[in-house]
Amino acid sequence: MIVSIASGKGGTGKTTVSASLASVWKKPVLAVDLDVEEPNLHLFLNPEISHQEKIYLEIPVVDESKCTLCRMCSDLCQFQAIKVMGDTLLTFTEMCHGCGGCLAICPEGALSPGQRELGILSQGSSQGKISFLMGSLRVGEAMSPPLMTIVKKRMMKILEKQKADAIIDAPPGVSCPAVCAVMDSDLIILVTEPTPFGFHDFRLAWESFSSMGKPMAVVINRAGLGDNSVYQFCDEKKLPILASIPYDRNIAQAYSKGQVVAGLSPELEHKFSDLARALQGYDREAPYA
Amino acid sequence: MSRIAVTSEGPTLKDMVDPRFGRAGGFVLVDPETMEHEYVDNGQSQTMAHGAGIQAAQVIADSGAKIVLTGYVGPKAFEALRAAGIKIVQNLDNMSVQEAVEKYKSGSVDYASQSNK
Repeated sequence: MIVSIASGKGGTGKTTVSASLASVWKKPVLAVDLDVEEPNLHLFLNPEISHQEKIYLEIPVVDESKCTLCRMCSDLCQFQAIKVMGDTLLTFTEMCHGCGGCLAICPEGALSPGQRELGILSQGSSQGKISFLMGSLRVGEAMSPPLMTIVKKRMMKILEKQKADAIIDAPPGVSCPAVCAVMDSDLIILVTEPTPFGFHDFRLAWESFSSMGKPMAVVINRAGLGDNSVYQFCDEKKLPILASIPYDRNIAQAYSKGQVVAGLSPELEHKFSDLARALQGYDREAPYA
Repeated sequence: MSRIAVTSEGPTLKDMVDPRFGRAGGFVLVDPETMEHEYVDNGQSQTMAHGAGIQAAQVIADSGAKIVLTGYVGPKAFEALRAAGIKIVQNLDNMSVQEAVEKYKSGSVDYASQSNK
């Protein structure tokens, strides 16, 4: 099964939960950092990276001698990445989403495939028991979903080969990158803190992800802070709260040193083992399990 | 003399120059000799997440205008306008479309050599 750990608000504890879950997972597990704009799961799992590769997006390169300025490519492009200006066909390759439509539609063969570097895919394993996969976006690259999509394809291959479950550390927010991270998962865990800010963005995330019709469950982090609004909302929407991590200075300290929170105390390890068991229960409910 | 495109908040010469190029409300296309003009709406740019400047440059190029009077032009729009051979006057703000055209006609403006945004 694929479990994604998401949130609306940033800094609520996605990586804390992801790293802890991976460390207590009973079955073979692949930890995937899909927060490609600022991946940090590796800081906690300390994987040995055995394989790295640069990832590219296919973009159009113009042969002006063949272009007749017919505009079929620019009419097709939804992202203003290719435009006829005067008597020149201009490309704005940083706008390109890599769909390949312009290359396919050009009747003159004036476009050929080029490359834009998206970032780096890294693969490895942590303590020999957690497989690890991460995307790191190139500094200056504006779009993360194309890289995420390639990392997810690799994830699927690894899962098939290793018969493993995946825990995805998703990016925060509710826009394309967040949706891209959770859309292939069997279960979405929303990590929130019970503060007004946490609740506001939690609700946005719930609204945004609800349309995918996937089971969702909640982990409350920094329990003891804030107010009752998250709890009330979960009650109303029948969203199960599967774990509650206390607001505790020791946890913050451990996090700041890159320690896995589940390893801090027997109580915390139990908490995450119980959470892992609850999540694996969803797997049994899944029709194809 | 070829027409001038002025980024505008509305359709008339009395409307204010919209200092934004790509996300301007619209473009008033003015014949500087007769001051005859027409308006091209650019409202759809408000719904575009990216690429509004490039799209606007295409609209200007297709209108046949050879000069743009505006406030700020981003780097991609600037490149697109230049490829189409359109001259750009930037940093016009707080004036009506008519005033901008008069200022241009008086010769007290410079063509931009690079994007100012």
